[in-house]
Amino acid sequence: MKGILSLTVNNRPGVLNRITNLFTKRNYNIESMTVGPSEQEGISRMTFVVDVDDEAVVEQITKQLNKQIEVLKVHDITNQTIVARELALIKILVTTQSRAEIYSVIEPFRASVIDVSKDSLTVQITGESDKIEAFIELIKPYGIKELARTGTAAIARGMQIAPAKSATIV
Amino acid sequence: MTQKSVVADRKSGKTHYSGAEFLLDALKKENVEVIFGYPGGSVLPIYDKLYSSELFHILTRHEQGAIHAAEGYARITGKPGVVIVTSGPGATNIVTGLADAMIDSLPLVVISGQVSTSVIGSDAFQEADVLGITTPITKHNYQVRKPEDLPRIIKEAFYIASSGRPGPVLIDIPKDMAILEGVSTDAEPKMDLPGYQPTTKPNYLQIRKLVEAVSGAKKPVILAGAGVLHAKAAHLLKDYVEQQGIPVVHTLLGLGGFPAEHPLFIGMGGMHGCFAANMALSKCDLLINIGARFDDRLTGNLAKFAQHATVAHIDIDPAEIGKNVPTKIPVVGSAKEALKELIAQNGKKPEIEEWTTQLTKWNEEFPLRYTHEEGVLKPQRVIQMLHEKTNGEAIVTTDVGQHQMWAAQYYPFNKPNSWVTSGGLGTMGFGLPSALGAQLADPKATVLSISGDGGFQMCLQELSVIAEMNLPIKIIIVNNGALGMVRQWQELFHDNRFSHSIFQSHPDFVKLADAYGIPGYKVTTEEEASDCLDVALATDGPVLIDFRVKQKENVFPMVAQGKGLDEMEGV
Ligand SMILES: Cc1ncc(C[n+]2csc(CCOP(=O)(O)OP(=O)(O)O)c2C)c(N)n1
Ligand SMILES: [Mg+2]
Repeated sequence: MKGILSLTVNNRPGVLNRITNLFTKRNYNIESMTVGPSEQEGISRMTFVVDVDDEAVVEQITKQLNKQIEVLKVHDITNQTIVARELALIKILVTTQSRAEIYSVIEPFRASVIDVSKDSLTVQITGESDKIEAFIELIKPYGIKELARTGTAAIARGMQIAPAKSATIV
Repeated sequence: MTQKSVVADRKSGKTHYSGAEFLLDALKKENVEVIFGYPGGSVLPIYDKLYSSELFHILTRHEQGAIHAAEGYARITGKPGVVIVTSGPGATNIVTGLADAMIDSLPLVVISGQVSTSVIGSDAFQEADVLGITTPITKHNYQVRKPEDLPRIIKEAFYIASSGRPGPVLIDIPKDMAILEGVSTDAEPKMDLPGYQPTTKPNYLQIRKLVEAVSGAKKPVILAGAGVLHAKAAHLLKDYVEQQGIPVVHTLLGLGGFPAEHPLFIGMGGMHGCFAANMALSKCDLLINIGARFDDRLTGNLAKFAQHATVAHIDIDPAEIGKNVPTKIPVVGSAKEALKELIAQNGKKPEIEEWTTQLTKWNEEFPLRYTHEEGVLKPQRVIQMLHEKTNGEAIVTTDVGQHQMWAAQYYPFNKPNSWVTSGGLGTMGFGLPSALGAQLADPKATVLSISGDGGFQMCLQELSVIAEMNLPIKIIIVNNGALGMVRQWQELFHDNRFSHSIFQSHPDFVKLADAYGIPGYKVTTEEEASDCLDVALATDGPVLIDFRVKQKENVFPMVAQGKGLDEMEGV
């Protein structure tokens, strides 16, 4: 299963190393990770998606992270309704024949073209991981020249309706 | 400048202090009694200030000796042991000690020198990424970036090391930060640790659940670990046990937390624990873990561990609860606060006579035992004699191996803070230097340093310090001419293929002692042993005794790897 943890940490030198070190030391598998400034100055927010056997492992990771002095708060949002987003930049090979077809794939995904050249298009897409995955699969046959993905950034919804996995609007 | 004069200078209006001055001033404020250290290039500015300081510094003969000595000191006093080492090799030499202190929850504050900030990252002379290396084996670490941060950092380091679940904290000080001056504010430094709030007071509802579970239990047992000792809660454990009549099993590191002579003490559990203790852990219906971490050497095969028991676990570290053993009643808090609360609840005493009778019977039927052989000096007998001759009141430090297990089995402790051993990491070389620290922590105590002939040679250079300070440590070598524990496993599990576990040669340990100015004796029989111990214990200073014991003796009983606790061999 996938666990999602959202944590706030002091933005100090070496913090990222402490956290990734902990994952290595405890033999936890990180699927994706994002870091960036949070709403408070000097405090960063990290989002981890981890690949684990069961919930007990997510609980154990949460507790181990909490022991880190530089970690301020850890939220296990695996079972909360959340909004989660990932961004991908994809440089796709195009020919005069495929160009229109590619545009027709891009549109329903609400992806946008952010760079164009004679033989390539660069597309920006945001959404949940699954959506990006699906888009990449569709676009693959045309030829992907370069691909850059961020990890998932996630926060709990303001209103928690049910303790089920989110029904996020794509 | 001395420590006193920092205060004096403040009055006289001095406002600027070097990093080294800030450091020593802060150590003084923490009432540091002793520093174990070793100088070098990057800590020269610190050592220069130490030269005229009142702080008591001991020059060990190896940085590993320094950190193990600090661990011994911390184990006995509960206060952080303090270490100073230089950058690069000085710092890498303490890696083993940090890992040891981390896994055994010992409070340490370790200062490592570092190359100057201007050259960090350039592979400068004696540069090593000490923050990177020590991050996974410290509770926390720092690198100093401004000299005036030192008062706060030191205060935080002592607080972090000794509160919650104790552990080692390292402070990396680049050379220029020790030299550079910063402005001193007279105010007490303020700690800035918003992410660190250890829970000591247990949750009331969880305590109630535990009280109820106890009152209905038929076969309860308490597993008491070193958490009881860290929390200084031995007297509370005794009060609680006597109130409820629940039998107690100790972990290796917990020994001394509950009096061995108490009728409700069953024994040590685990790989070389006693039969009754392991049966108690296997057959209980309620297992109350107080400050132990369910290490695999204690539990044996987890799938077969306490299969029919409701598990309650009191621990100051929430991450330990449920880590290895599913836990029905988690109690986050210190052993002290939890026991206080449990005693105050004064719950209904469980009716468990049948169970305690059974445990007593197991202990009578299957006590720890070994066979006497005419004319052969048995290692177990050596430990027993040490116990007899010291009335069981010594501080015992050990190294790692067979002798360690025999010491745990045949030197029963009745009071806390008497037992210093490397449990979690199993660090050979720990024994002798930790005795040095223990003796300094408790100058009046009789300290026995019990080592194997292998591990003794891993840190024996500290004999020099022991001799120099005339510390009255009795240095016991249980000499079986082998890496006994390795030899035992090769005998039992590797078809007697004794690959590199039998020594082909040894130095003459008596002459070696003599070279250090320490009286040494060689003992080959029980009679000699008795006489020699009398002499040694009547001697004011250190004495070394080389006990030549039977090589092929094995530690039993034993739970082989992969087996459950109720599948002991050699009972
Ligand atoms: C630093 C280190 N290296 C290796 C080991 C593995 N080891 C565990 S016990 C042991 C044998 C110890 O021999 P000795 O010190 O003579 O003690 P004995 O078992 O004979 O009592 C060894 C090599 C260890 N625990 N620590
Ligand atoms: Mg040996």
